[in-house]
Amino acid sequence: MRKQQILNKEIESFDFQSGGEASSNLKNILRKLGVSAQIVRKTAIVTYELEMNVVIHSLGGEITALISEDELEIRVDDDGPGIADLDKAFTAGYSTASDEIREMGFGAGMGLVNVKRYADQIDVKSSLGEGTHVKVIIKLSS
Amino acid sequence: MTVKELVDLFNLEIVAGPNLEKEIDGVYIGDLLSNVMARAEKDNLWLTVQGHQNVVAVALLVELSAVILVEDFEYEENSVQRACQKGVNLLKTKKKSYDLACKFCESEI
Ligand SMILES: Nc1ncnc2c1ncn2[C@@H]1O[C@H](COP(=O)(O)OP(=O)(O)OP(=O)(O)O)[C@@H](O)[C@H]1O
Ligand SMILES: [Mg+2]
Repeated sequence: MRKQQILNKEIESFDFQSGGEASSNLKNILRKLGVSAQIVRKTAIVTYELEMNVVIHSLGGEITALISEDELEIRVDDDGPGIADLDKAFTAGYSTASDEIREMGFGAGMGLVNVKRYADQIDVKSSLGEGTHVKVIIKLSS
Repeated sequence: MTVKELVDLFNLEIVAGPNLEKEIDGVYIGDLLSNVMARAEKDNLWLTVQGHQNVVAVALLVELSAVILVEDFEYEENSVQRACQKGVNLLKTKKKSYDLACKFCESEI
């Protein structure tokens, strides 16, 4: 089914000022489109976690959201450094966040676990030396 | 109860109050943002020691009724600006989370 792009936004490394803006924008767009509160919430959690991972762990990237009649597709792509061990990254409590970042309340190692829990489908491609590419599908009809 | 009524009842300080008529429903306590994202519910009050601007982003996304910074921690200046722009209430208190939560319990919040 044809998908329409409803969001495309750059995410800059260590930009805590704009961190969360893309998720917030997407949330408003979905609300206006009449998407249910429950699905908006799921989407907000997923996009916020992925967005902040790009801010905290990567060199920068972008987020794109596409919608069709029955599903939402969220793509988060960054320019590296990539994730060495994806199994580890998806383990609750695993985090490489620095002390400084942890002091801000990040680094619980729960972000990707949350994404997995709320996504209906998730596909992650990453390896060291190249970027991380996440594609999440959220079904619109529950 | 509205945020305004809560502020009066428990003597909280308003740091940003763009939305004080908002109704409160429940409380979440925590300082790890991923947990707050996943666990806090719409219209909860959020007790935390984090005062930086991503707290405002989280509060907005989860649609919390107010953030309460405890133990006399300070909000960052840009948190306050962002909160006013986005309609997020920022409160503070000298009390510890547990003590404030006990008081909330007594009042059946
Ligand atoms: N975009 C990314 N680029 C490089 N590494 C990443 C990226 N996203 C996640 N990681 C790696 O995976 C780990 C786990 O990510 P996850 O989001 O689950 O936890 P966290 O970001 O460390 O903490 P939290 O999300 O709970 O604040 C990170 O600590 C980091 O090592
Ligand atoms: Mg994370």
